[in-house]
Amino acid sequence: MNIRQTVLDRIRAALADVPADETPQDVAVHRDYRRTHAGSDTVALFAERVADYRARVLRVSAAEAPDAIAALLVERAVRDLVVPPGFPGHLLPQGPWHSLADEPPLPLSALEAADAVLTTAALGIAVTGTLVLDTGPGQGRRVLSLLPDYHLCVIREDQIVDDVPDALAQLDPHRPLTFVSGPSATSDIELDRVEGVHGPRTLHVVIVADSPTSPAPENP
Amino acid sequence: MTAPNGLVWLETPAFPEAARTALADTQLRRNLRHATATIRDKRLAVTTELDDWEQLRQAGADLKRRTLRHLDRYLEELEASVTKAGGIVHWAADAAEANRIVTALVQATGEREVVKVKSMATQEIGLNEALAEAGITAYETDLAELIVQLGQDRPSHILVPAIHRNRAEIREIFEREMGHWGRPAPEGLTDDPRALAEAARLHLREKFLRAKVAVSGANFAIADTGTVGVVESEGNGRMCLTLPETLITVMGIEKVLPQWSDLEVFLQLLPRASTGERMNPYTSTWTGTTPGDGPSAFHLILLDNGRTATLADTVGRQALACIRCSACLNVCPVYERTGGHAYGSVYPGPIGAVLTPQLVGVEHAASLPFASTLCGACYDACPVKINIPEVLAHLRAEVVEAERRSHTLPTPEALAMKAAAGVLATPRRLAAAQRAARLGSALVARRGRIGHLPGPLHGWTDARDTPQPPAETFRTWWRKNREQS
Repeated sequence: MNIRQTVLDRIRAALADVPADETPQDVAVHRDYRRTHAGSDTVALFAERVADYRARVLRVSAAEAPDAIAALLVERAVRDLVVPPGFPGHLLPQGPWHSLADEPPLPLSALEAADAVLTTAALGIAVTGTLVLDTGPGQGRRVLSLLPDYHLCVIREDQIVDDVPDALAQLDPHRPLTFVSGPSATSDIELDRVEGVHGPRTLHVVIVADSPTSPAPENP
Repeated sequence: MTAPNGLVWLETPAFPEAARTALADTQLRRNLRHATATIRDKRLAVTTELDDWEQLRQAGADLKRRTLRHLDRYLEELEASVTKAGGIVHWAADAAEANRIVTALVQATGEREVVKVKSMATQEIGLNEALAEAGITAYETDLAELIVQLGQDRPSHILVPAIHRNRAEIREIFEREMGHWGRPAPEGLTDDPRALAEAARLHLREKFLRAKVAVSGANFAIADTGTVGVVESEGNGRMCLTLPETLITVMGIEKVLPQWSDLEVFLQLLPRASTGERMNPYTSTWTGTTPGDGPSAFHLILLDNGRTATLADTVGRQALACIRCSACLNVCPVYERTGGHAYGSVYPGPIGAVLTPQLVGVEHAASLPFASTLCGACYDACPVKINIPEVLAHLRAEVVEAERRSHTLPTPEALAMKAAAGVLATPRRLAAAQRAARLGSALVARRGRIGHLPGPLHGWTDARDTPQPPAETFRTWWRKNREQS
């Protein structure tokens, strides 16, 4: 195909003013912006910023986590719960719901009919209140956290990073990534924010403390 | 010469005429005032929250400049990395070529419908219309695009294409049209935005679940990794990027970025400048294809369509840094009053006024560089520091130059400027002209203002009143009161 060559030739002709020996590094990029906008308490900031998107946030110890997760699922009267492969067993509660493992892969109809999905995350970003999913253990295929209307995400305190630059440095761009900041939302009608369009309309985040001595449950 | 399909709406009037109609629409002005005021406040709140916002803007501008000055190299790198990751890269010199490629790709799947993620690039090339001609139905899945599509309307804002519609109008469109396209609107639909969003959710869900082909744009593509990204709010993007078997992404060549880590700048700038949020609800990135997760075929179409012509203009090329946040629309006093349709292009507002004439050639959008007060609010709001007033002034000169070339006789404007040059050449001539103006204006002025004038002066006086020259000029006053002392 010569269209490729046509476009490249046009670009080179358009850039006739750029000296032939100029390299990209010769074009200065000022990177004197902050590496982080977080203060000292990253976890508290993350909890606050996630809650700002009208997502519910709980902070619990590892020992309390299964009961806290169970209470949320019971409160929502969840019947069919998607639990992606690799979800940590010690966090997984027993309860009156039917667990759907994605092994073999669930058909879309089953995902569409499921009430909820329980996942982990790759990391959290405190300043922006963002969860990032990278399809790793406990997260599964991207569609698992998309079709069920209720997403319950469990994240460890040590997975929460300060700000966007730290997050990108840790993430592997070769994996499909989904950055989630609150429930699905739209501002398309009179620029009024409405939570809940196509993605999960309810997002709950359970932050699990690194050690039993971490702060007690906290809930906005 | 014909303008590229879709980018400018050929049958629509030029800006001054279209603006006059828009200004008479009080409902439109109310909708726009409300919406732009809301978004301006939100943007200010989250940009002032970062005390290094100016440094981030500078880094964004620098990165775009670096990329554009070495665009050929980054595109070749992107092509190699996308291919290595399992994607297929296509090149399109113009809209017709891009449309042909997409149509052929869809036809090869045997499908007759596609779901679409909101995309400026596909609007620019008129993709939906081209697919329709081939018997393929494209369903817009962004809420605002759905409102525009169902209403057989045109987008009037980059971020919120249905910004000109209020909730009552949207309810009416949904009730009237949804049934013709698929699942009808629920019984007793109210105009509560929550209920309207729910109606869209139900209407589109069946389309997402059966879709085999999706078409998207791209907010960015990373040269060194081959990663492509879409930034969105509703989850319709995630649906389109995840559920179908084939994903076709149409991307302007200027959207490439050198490295993955460069996103740390743009993922801070874009949501804050655009929707006024710390982060938009969903950002999806993908690199080629991933076995067992999402589409098994990924096509990336790299679109020129006037971008290389824009790149050739050393002043105008900065417009290619645009990340389509629409902050400049929301702060523009002209946009706030006329709305987006008056610009007659899929790229309205200040950025449209510099981008559209460059992409299609100034002769096809000659009124747009003048659709501005040059107040500079757009430059201040731009997260990548595009000096829009500078480009506007530059393009105005080009329009005048193009006019001059196409006329054998000088235009009234050129004659006026020539006369002005003569008058301003000596103080004596200026004084004589001022005396003459005072006398002449007494005949046409009413209550101190000169309104509409006939003949060659109408171009100036139709759109603005001129104050009647004062009884005494400043120069006379100065001579009387200051010069002797």
